[in-house]
Amino acid sequence: MAKKTYRQAINEALRQEMERDPRVILMGEDVAGGLGAPGEQDAWGGPLGVTKGLMPKFGRDRVLDTPISESAFVGAAAGAAAMGLRPVAELMFVDFFGVCFDQIFNQAAKFKYMFGGKAVTPLVIRTMYGAGFRAASQHSQCLYPIFTHIPGLKVVLPSNAYEAKGLLTQSIRDDDPVIFFEHKAMYDETAEVPDDPYTIPFGEANVTREGDDVTIITMGRMVNFCNQVADKLAKEKIGCTVVDLRTTSPLDTETVLETASETGRVVVVDEAHPRCNMAADISALICQEAFDDLKAPIKMVTAPHCPVPFSPALEDIYIPGPPKIEAAVRAVMGHA
Amino acid sequence: MAGDIQPIVMPKWGLAMEEGVVTAWNVAEGATITKGQEIADIETSKIANVFESPVSGAVRRIVAQIGETLPVGALLAVVADKKVGDADIDAFVAKFDAALKAALAAKASEKKPEPETVEITGGRKIRYLKLGSADGPPIVFVHGFGGDLNNWLFNQEALAESHTTYAIDLPGHGGSTKDVGAGDLASMTAALAAWLDALKIARTHLVGHSMGGGVVLQLAATKPDMAASATLIAPAGLGPDIAMDFINGFIEASRGKKLEPVLQMIVANPELVTRDMIEDVLKFKRIDGVDAALKKLRDGLFPGGRQAASLRDSLAKLKPPVQVIVGAKDRIIPAAHAQGLPGNVKAHVIETAGHMPHMEAAAEVNRLIAAIAG
Repeated sequence: MAKKTYRQAINEALRQEMERDPRVILMGEDVAGGLGAPGEQDAWGGPLGVTKGLMPKFGRDRVLDTPISESAFVGAAAGAAAMGLRPVAELMFVDFFGVCFDQIFNQAAKFKYMFGGKAVTPLVIRTMYGAGFRAASQHSQCLYPIFTHIPGLKVVLPSNAYEAKGLLTQSIRDDDPVIFFEHKAMYDETAEVPDDPYTIPFGEANVTREGDDVTIITMGRMVNFCNQVADKLAKEKIGCTVVDLRTTSPLDTETVLETASETGRVVVVDEAHPRCNMAADISALICQEAFDDLKAPIKMVTAPHCPVPFSPALEDIYIPGPPKIEAAVRAVMGHA
Repeated sequence: MAGDIQPIVMPKWGLAMEEGVVTAWNVAEGATITKGQEIADIETSKIANVFESPVSGAVRRIVAQIGETLPVGALLAVVADKKVGDADIDAFVAKFDAALKAALAAKASEKKPEPETVEITGGRKIRYLKLGSADGPPIVFVHGFGGDLNNWLFNQEALAESHTTYAIDLPGHGGSTKDVGAGDLASMTAALAAWLDALKIARTHLVGHSMGGGVVLQLAATKPDMAASATLIAPAGLGPDIAMDFINGFIEASRGKKLEPVLQMIVANPELVTRDMIEDVLKFKRIDGVDAALKKLRDGLFPGGRQAASLRDSLAKLKPPVQVIVGAKDRIIPAAHAQGLPGNVKAHVIETAGHMPHMEAAAEVNRLIAAIAG
């Protein structure tokens, strides 16, 4: 099987779904690049080249460069979805959602419910998230907990290239609005990715490591950090189960509770700020449903409650990386 | 004398295997072992299995520590006559290590064999892996329901030393088309025949497992000139019984936890089923068209929960040599289907194996295939 980058895997999913279904269109700022200018067309392919090559293949009618107005084009994408297209809108950085949140949470997310289940809104919004890119406070946030909070939205966080292709294909075929989170530090990471199209169902967490001592529950880029820690500690005979949630909405509560109960020691790792994040949400779930199985208090490993620093040294400390995860696992192990 | 010293090395189980770990030694230094004896347990990222000694003699040195990850070809143990001095053994180990390092460095730049694809009738794509090159009819391996060419990882490389070998992905499986036609044994057999035509293979030693065993048997019966011999491993087509809880469980399970007990049904020792094996099956099942293909095959091969094709009567009329290999602990197709076969068919029952004798008792099955293929 061919090794492909996270970037290639996303591009391939978009291309194959556009080939398969003429209703699939792309829209966003510079998803091709060069519109209205005399120079090179398809100059950008999105800010990090993820959609490169799709405009020459499918044309300007299906790959739409939009004005720098998120409120306009995200609203247009929601409307197009309601009217029968299957738009994939790219909103460069999740940090910019503020200006188009009405279109997402008050419109797209509500159509199905408010129209008695008769409206479908097959909208995908792809967006970049996460720290580690030296992109400062306004281009480095996670924010997926905010979308997870809104009923009617599905929230997807692929943890590697294989997951990215299968989950994006599923997102495009899904009839509900999906917010698809791509970690900007992962685009060059590779995994074996099948050439054929495939889908990974929503709401089915992936157990990436199995161990008897501690359960680490996580999502997105943090899955790789947790796997590293699990592999390191396995050599010391500390067995870690690692759960990749894949989607925070819908949430695979069954796997969360089952794996938490199996070990009785839980670490939840979440790159988002600690208040009202996924770690808090999952900890609450386990405390309510599996409290009697716990052998130690749950540990949350998260970013601090502060903006992402621009200082590289501070940003490195900000990220809940492997050393912090390892310390948390050792802490729950030490609790007699 | 160094000539009396024999190395036992990390085996290569399949194309992807680059390293392995000895998880247990079943013999100690000083023990006398015989060829084929189960001397260690070895685990790779894909699979765990018992390791059968390729040589006989006294174990003078155990080199591989339990839990240590070693490359394919690395020295695991040294077998030598008791008369050989310890200093000679030390020298042998040192020399072997140096040679391995050089070999690994040379191999890093070598091109690895990769599966290829060819178009057969109807523009359908068939993936196959060719290994080895020798005169005479090649050996063709045909997997079972839900399998692919990687199922022959313990067999193809071993037999490729003396034969040209091919392992194919039947329609609906692996990297081949997901168009399974009518989804019955006849359509699978037609695809195999079309693939042999496409590769201009006129005559071949056929090896088929389970559904692939039925396919091979039907091909040998309908195109006797094509078959130089047939080895049917836990084959379909010799009786009505089939474990539908396996077939349905395989199709329906979308999570590792649900699939694990299903896959464990196919082997006598459930520990053979590793996380990576489960993950590979899940990845296969997620590919567009696979679910529909498997369901169509289920309905075509096993309508009403019974095997549709009865090929038992064709066995007696077969011209080429035929052998049947079954595991006594098979929970998918009863081993009893191999009883009462006509006199021209040799039946071999492997007591310790389940439905996968070619994996569970690879050395024995390889010997039987080599014997019939000459």
